Amino acid sequence: MGKWFTPKKEISKGIYTSVGFITFILVLGIWSLLSYSGLVNPLFLPTPTTVLATATELFVSGDIFSDIGISFSRVFTGFLIAALIGIPLGILMGSLRIMEGAFEPIIGFIRYMPASAFIPLLILWIGLGESEKMAVIFLGTFFQLTLMVMDVTKNVQNDLIDVSYTLGAKNAQIFTKVILPASLPGIVDTLRITFGWAWTYLVVAEIVGASSGLGHMIMQASRFLQPDKIIVGILIIGLLGLITDIIFKSIYRASFSWMRKDGF
Amino acid sequence: MVFKMVSQKLDTNTVLNNKEIVIPKIITPKLEIKDVGKIFKTKSGETVALEKTSFTVKDGEFVTILGPSGCGKSTILRIVAGLEESNSGKVLLDGQEINGPGPDRGMVFQSYTLFPWLNVKDNITFGLKLKGVNQKERDDLARHYLQLIGLEGFEKHYPIQLSGGMKQRVAIARALANDPKILLMDEPFGALDAQTRTIMQEVLLKAWEDSKKTILFITHDVDESIFLADSVYVMTARPGRLKKKIPITLDRPREYSMKSTVEFGNYKEELLSLIREESLKSIK
Repeated sequence: MGKWFTPKKEISKGIYTSVGFITFILVLGIWSLLSYSGLVNPLFLPTPTTVLATATELFVSGDIFSDIGISFSRVFTGFLIAALIGIPLGILMGSLRIMEGAFEPIIGFIRYMPASAFIPLLILWIGLGESEKMAVIFLGTFFQLTLMVMDVTKNVQNDLIDVSYTLGAKNAQIFTKVILPASLPGIVDTLRITFGWAWTYLVVAEIVGASSGLGHMIMQASRFLQPDKIIVGILIIGLLGLITDIIFKSIYRASFSWMRKDGF
Repeated sequence: MVFKMVSQKLDTNTVLNNKEIVIPKIITPKLEIKDVGKIFKTKSGETVALEKTSFTVKDGEFVTILGPSGCGKSTILRIVAGLEESNSGKVLLDGQEINGPGPDRGMVFQSYTLFPWLNVKDNITFGLKLKGVNQKERDDLARHYLQLIGLEGFEKHYPIQLSGGMKQRVAIARALANDPKILLMDEPFGALDAQTRTIMQEVLLKAWEDSKKTILFITHDVDESIFLADSVYVMTARPGRLKKKIPITLDRPREYSMKSTVEFGNYKEELLSLIREESLKSIK
């Protein structure tokens, strides 16, 4: 009991998992208490059973799947483009001072501009189609991603590069045989984190001018006073985010066994 | 100087008189450092890190450079490696002026520089692969050097699974496998504990005797500088320059038990007093 409250002291795995469960149950408990007792108007907070029933209905009828599909493709494509440009650019910025000097100031500036504020401009420029939604996701992730990859690359030990030169490596080989493999774990981790952010930009992207997708479903539900549907939408986005996070983590574990002492 | 001229004259005479020996044997040193100096520019002006320094290393010789911390001894090594540029002078390897880093000068660093994503064998053959050496030859060389450093059976291990001493042994094997003309070592055992360090010194001497490489080795450890070397160069505190060259004539092969002999003790006393003066200067 005493060691539970000693700073940085290890506790048993069983207790660690149990307390996580308890927190979940606690949140569910508070929600139940507030909704079932009628303390809060069901128009604002529906009961867990109502939400569950709505979710079942949405899944059984199959309406939700097309929304999930379209939202996923928007998030994925927007993010993929951001990654395809951001990774190489970030690596170059992290290893060549001239590239850092050229791009760091402007990217550092743009990243503080809210992606959602660009939506009116994007509509003017590219209309209301799919590319506009993807562009919002792109703007929301690209700049952060590039800067994070730059930082990862910068952290590659200089001695590792020096020793490669003394082993006969040329500049191009320093990139492909040293900087890239050395920063790859950090890059995968950066992708995991920024992909999570991409999901958060989804709703923003689908608020305006969308006729499909999870964000659109949430907005519609708000218009028709269906809080249960809103909660289902939010939970699905949360779950999708969690699943992609787990996928990235397993890629990380499978690809970088050299980072663990046991080697598995 | 006068003596030198006379002796040269005599040499010429012998050559002329004895018609069988026509070509006088010219011994060029393996490594020649000529007036190499380094200045660092800082906010408060210029700091002389290394005064103009000249010395030579013979083929197959084991030279250690002993100096207090911050005396610029690593700077010399990094200039020879081509990783840093000097402000004056030049470095000749086999009579050729060096220009940038290259595989003819292998290096072992104090920090652990194995590629963490490659296993021991792939680390050792990294340079060979860059050169385009074929698989079979790479395997043979890897086996030879693994045996030389006493790490057979570890070829599939990753650096994270190795102790500090093992990592440095692999780093030595990696540098040697690349067959450089000279091996540069920048306090390679500096981060190891005293016991491991002693063992590593013996491993290194064994590898040196096997490979017959020329080695330039930086250290601040007096015992280490004597135990390994054919010659010890003592450096002054900053601004660094060479203070004295001391040839070590202890028998080879050497064993750790030699460190308790009177002869070793005498070298140690001499070097300690030289280095102590400099260390005192450097902490003032």
